Amino acid sequence: MIQAGLKEISAALAEKKISAIELATLFLGRIEQLNPSLNAFITTDRDKTLAMARAADERRAKGERGPLLGIPLAHKDIFCTEGWLTTCGSKMLANFVSPYDAHVVSQFKAAGAVTLGKCNMDEFAMGSSNETSHFGPVKNPWDTSRVPGGSSGGSAAAVAACLTPAATGTDTGGSIRQPAALCGLTGLKPTYGVVSRYGMIAFASSLDQGGPMAKSAEDCALLLSGMAGFDERDSTSLQRKAEDYSRDLNKPLAGLRIGLPKEFFGAGMDDDVRAAVDAALDEYRKLGATTVEVSLPNSGLSVPAYYVIAPAEASSNLSRFDGVRYGHRAAVYGDLVDMYCKSRAGGFGEEVKRRILIGTYVLSHGYYDAYYLQAQKIRRLIATDFSEAFKKCDVIMGPTSPSVAFAFGAKGADPVQMYLADIYTIAVNLAGLPGMSIPCGFGNADMPVGLQIIGPWFAEAKMLNVAHQYQLVTDWHRRRPERGA
Amino acid sequence: MSQWEVVIGLETHVQLQTKSKIFSGASTAFGAEPNRQACAVDIALPGVLPVLNREAVVCAIKFGLAVDGDIASRSIFARKNYFYPDLPKGYQISQYEIPVVAGGGLDIKVSRGDTPTDKRVRLTRAHLEEDAGKSLHEDFHGKTGIDLNRAGTPLLEIVTEPDMGSSAEAVAYAKALHSLVTWIGICDGNMQEGSFRCDANVSVRRPGAPLGTRREIKNLNSFRFLQQAIDYEIGWQINEIEEGRKIHQATVLFDPDTGATRAMRSKEDAHDYRYFPDPDLLPLEITPAWIDEVKAGLPELPQAMQARFEAEYGLSAYDAAVITTQRAAGDFFQLAVSVAGAENAKLIANWMQGELSARLNREERDIADSPISAVQLAGMVRRIADGTLSSKLAKEVFDALWNLEAADADAVIEARGLKQMSDASAIEPIIDEVLAANPKSIEEFRAGKEKAFNALVGQVMKATKGKANPQQVNDLLRRKLAG
Repeated sequence: MIQAGLKEISAALAEKKISAIELATLFLGRIEQLNPSLNAFITTDRDKTLAMARAADERRAKGERGPLLGIPLAHKDIFCTEGWLTTCGSKMLANFVSPYDAHVVSQFKAAGAVTLGKCNMDEFAMGSSNETSHFGPVKNPWDTSRVPGGSSGGSAAAVAACLTPAATGTDTGGSIRQPAALCGLTGLKPTYGVVSRYGMIAFASSLDQGGPMAKSAEDCALLLSGMAGFDERDSTSLQRKAEDYSRDLNKPLAGLRIGLPKEFFGAGMDDDVRAAVDAALDEYRKLGATTVEVSLPNSGLSVPAYYVIAPAEASSNLSRFDGVRYGHRAAVYGDLVDMYCKSRAGGFGEEVKRRILIGTYVLSHGYYDAYYLQAQKIRRLIATDFSEAFKKCDVIMGPTSPSVAFAFGAKGADPVQMYLADIYTIAVNLAGLPGMSIPCGFGNADMPVGLQIIGPWFAEAKMLNVAHQYQLVTDWHRRRPERGA
Repeated sequence: MSQWEVVIGLETHVQLQTKSKIFSGASTAFGAEPNRQACAVDIALPGVLPVLNREAVVCAIKFGLAVDGDIASRSIFARKNYFYPDLPKGYQISQYEIPVVAGGGLDIKVSRGDTPTDKRVRLTRAHLEEDAGKSLHEDFHGKTGIDLNRAGTPLLEIVTEPDMGSSAEAVAYAKALHSLVTWIGICDGNMQEGSFRCDANVSVRRPGAPLGTRREIKNLNSFRFLQQAIDYEIGWQINEIEEGRKIHQATVLFDPDTGATRAMRSKEDAHDYRYFPDPDLLPLEITPAWIDEVKAGLPELPQAMQARFEAEYGLSAYDAAVITTQRAAGDFFQLAVSVAGAENAKLIANWMQGELSARLNREERDIADSPISAVQLAGMVRRIADGTLSSKLAKEVFDALWNLEAADADAVIEARGLKQMSDASAIEPIIDEVLAANPKSIEEFRAGKEKAFNALVGQVMKATKGKANPQQVNDLLRRKLAG
């Protein structure tokens, strides 16, 4: 059961081969055993988890059915979870117990999923290595001297090490896809607006999107069907009919046109990553797909544009953490301004402060036009590039990350080096497109490599189909690190 | 003063009368226990998001239509970033580059010498935004309490061009605006509770010179304070300049206790609000169909009603203007006229501006909760018009209705026997008696003393306890004296 996918667990629950309580107990045991060395969870609460499992078993006993009833899940600690500590990886919220559930959390609760705990993450989702968490870095289960990626690194490590069958993540510039790649998982960032952001602590509102992280495309499809849907509490949530994201999983890929952006295959990608991605593309050709070169001429501008827009929004979004109503407040301070300064200086880590300063700067009087407005123009150009490319292809493929998981501290000195870890993922957020990462082999030091699949808006079902067909003929997604065995 | 010209522009924050807040479902009712009407969105918990209340937009559209402004088909909500404890998110959601209403204007009456003339105050813009909470500095022993009940209350900020030239004009504009926003039902107009607050931008200059440096007086919540603050500020600025000092741009507060303004912050400490479009909210789209729908539900506006009352009912411009300063008064008049008939419109206007207005003022009541209804007043006026009731006795009927003693004028007339005597055969014997008893007056009258005639009329009225029709008494008496 530890290694099983959601479909298998769901079937076992339905056939009463195992109860939700037994499942929850099993995974809580794994967490107790392995989390001290991985640091994937910030919070677990055995009593709450078992109460939810018991409730799920009772619902089943009363005749209720459903693919998620009794399924254990972990949530990134960015999702507000009623009665649970919700820290966002920050000292600022180290004492914050949420009085309400995020939309995503309440959707899963309603479906009867059981919360195993809250996963570690880069502070306020700002990071690509999980090194910025106030609660210490998460270790990559494939090699604990290496990072799991970020910011959803806790979710990724927890799934990879089988501490949970699946987890939620969020992706602002690659925070689902990059850790999925670095930990050998399947992760999906939906089209902007498909998953409600209500209760998801905001980093960059126009880019943030929640999504699933799991062992397979099949599992992601099931989870996305549970997460997605219109929510009137989020004005950017899209009014669309509910979708069954599993509906197209089994369609054949013959005739699929795969676009390969030449900008993604140039310098900057490590050779081991290139080899794994090339092999995956060969596999797709065998499945009947054709590949065509496309161009995203403005993709080189995506990192600079992102590092204007995301910090700008973040600098404003994080203003509410002022020590007045909740969260960290300095123990000793003079007047009001001193209270603000000391509370925020003490509550936020270095990377968060850096981005607040960048964001404040680019929005300042006299700089707004030069930075923020320019970045918004680039954003539109990037979206146009993708629209042009999708005239020639059904999906776009390339690497998720330029390298396999790197060692702790490897990119510590220069933040720009860390920012470049997201060079292939950021453009997708700027354009609001759906993006996935699936395991496609191993590179240096036997670390997993991820293949990125990008689709047009609302092409999630198609992308899951593309991923699933590949996973039917390969077993990269079934490989587990030794600690996951 | 004459060698100085005063330039004033007003910014008015009008609290919109919606049931819930502009971006959350919490109630906007005034006076609840602190923080009882602040939900997760209002206190800015992590993860919460704003959702626009369409009722607030309807209010803005109504205003745009009423002032003949341009209603933007697409306007943008922006974040105005600054830290303050009663601003929970650390930013206020407002509109910056593209407001919901642009342009338009409001007509006011201004006095130039003795003749009142019309003047149009041009509006720059009106935009939607959320109110902040309140910081409570009393009762906390050196600490500050925060009440977030008001946080998120919808506001329409209405900005004028610098078109007013005196405190009197500024007050006339503020009153006209107050009347309009209550008329169209978008604001309760309660100034004590802060539903209508003005900021005044004041500068002075020599005639023909470029605009002087302005100072902004914040948060004036009564017409009297508005007048006092502006007058003080004008005097202060002129004095500064005449003594050789320069005016520096500043935000100032008015202290009602001292009657003086004092600087709160200078331009140098002005915030950089770092406005940018709020990514949590979509652009506000207003379709022509939506505007038409709101227009259909808009009441007749004061100026249209005033013109109609002049044209349809022959009221003087003055009477029509007074009756249409308040929508409740206009509606009262309209209802009374529809019951009593257009031919009695003038009489109704007289009663409204005379006895009714005096009584309301004396008891500090609003016409909307007048104890005597429009239908009751109309009933009374009809009895005056048809001769049943004398004007003199009508006051008694009015009092009885005011004191809720009867359902209508007829009931009072009946119960108290106030019906006017218009039957000559009943009045004539009384006149004969009076003439018999006052031979001296008859002599005096015949000697040419008109006063003596009036004394005789008075005697007849007295004898009939005021019920005789005075005109009829006049006529009969003259005929008899002549005969």
